[in-house]
Amino acid sequence: MSTEAVVEGAASLCVNEHGGAIGMPQLCADWMPNQIFWLLVTLVVIYFVLAKIALPRIGAVLADRKSTITNDLAAAEELKQKAVAAEKAYNDALANARTEAAKIVAQAKAEIQKDLDAATAKADTEISAKAAESEKSIAAIRDGAAAAVAEVAKDVAGEIVAALGGGADAKAVQAAVTARLKG
Amino acid sequence: MATTGEEHAGGLQIHPMDQFVVKPLIGDGPIQWYTPTNVTLWMGIAVLALIALMVLSTRRRAIVPSRGQSVAELFYGFIYKMVDDVAGHEGVKFFPYVMTLFMFVFLSNMLGLIPMSFSTTSHIAVTAVLAAMVFLTVTLVGLYRKGIGFLGMFWVSSAPLILRPVLALIEVISYFVRPLSHSIRLGGNLMAGHAVIKVFAGFAGAMGVFSVVPIAAITAIYGLELLVAAVQAYVFTILTCVYLRDAVGEAHH
Repeated sequence: MSTEAVVEGAASLCVNEHGGAIGMPQLCADWMPNQIFWLLVTLVVIYFVLAKIALPRIGAVLADRKSTITNDLAAAEELKQKAVAAEKAYNDALANARTEAAKIVAQAKAEIQKDLDAATAKADTEISAKAAESEKSIAAIRDGAAAAVAEVAKDVAGEIVAALGGGADAKAVQAAVTARLKG
Repeated sequence: MATTGEEHAGGLQIHPMDQFVVKPLIGDGPIQWYTPTNVTLWMGIAVLALIALMVLSTRRRAIVPSRGQSVAELFYGFIYKMVDDVAGHEGVKFFPYVMTLFMFVFLSNMLGLIPMSFSTTSHIAVTAVLAAMVFLTVTLVGLYRKGIGFLGMFWVSSAPLILRPVLALIEVISYFVRPLSHSIRLGGNLMAGHAVIKVFAGFAGAMGVFSVVPIAAITAIYGLELLVAAVQAYVFTILTCVYLRDAVGEAHH
């Protein structure tokens, strides 16, 4: 940079012959109109870029996002309600099925019990008939046995009397044995 | 940018203020109000950065945003919430205005941290115009909306009656000092940080092997300056919102 030209051309009090600052450049009044002019231009440009393009766009995007999120949350809430209702219906159906099943089981049990009772009763009557029959047979056999014992006792008594040399007649022996057996 | 002091061989030549010199982009002519200068260049770059960040990155208007769109939405949400919270619901009308101020200050601060760049917001002329705009906006909007009642904010009705004239005087003075503090806070912070970095850079050039020390210091200060650049943009904007509340909000005294 040719520094002489600055001094001769600009005649500025704010820079020395080398283009260096004299004092505080911030206080150089020569430059202030330039800075203020370009600042105002810049601010106007920034204001219009922001106010006309950027801020409405970002505001719309943010509002959009908010409504999307709200809608999604509402939809999720609705789906959740549906899921809860479905679960309730499922549980109700399950409970109904359970009671139905319990009813059927109880019915089946009652039927089985009835059949069982009938069969038991039938078996009991058959058993008691059989027992009565058997008792009868036993009584007949016992009577037969007692008669046979009396016969044998008479015969044996007659033979014993004969063997002992008694000449007792058979009728007397028999009467005696019969009397003994009764006694 | 202009370290033309190299002709002075020997000695410690540090020109921390040379980086703030306004120069014409073409030639060495005088600087008229319309001359394209480095101010024009870096403000133009700020506008391009703004268009890239806020317009190009959002062109797809995606429901699920890209990274660039997320950043743009972040800025939008951040400033919108600030205006809504601080300036009040009525202040939302001024959201594009506040956003303009914030984006300009923020981008200029950040671009000013690029080595060899020119930081437009380190100049009082720039920050004073910004602050004066805020001051005029607040005053005019306040008078328009509230009429003479706008002056009621200087009359602290919750204070004892004897103290009120004194407080009114203090309030009026503080009201008119606002644009001064508003502008010098921003410009001064930026200028000081850049000048300090430049001074350390001058040390680094003269210390040979030991220049690692100032280079480490520059690195640390650079990190701090990044913070300052963001925080000062934030402070400038939130103060704008605080002042706007006086004009549009309910009385809070």
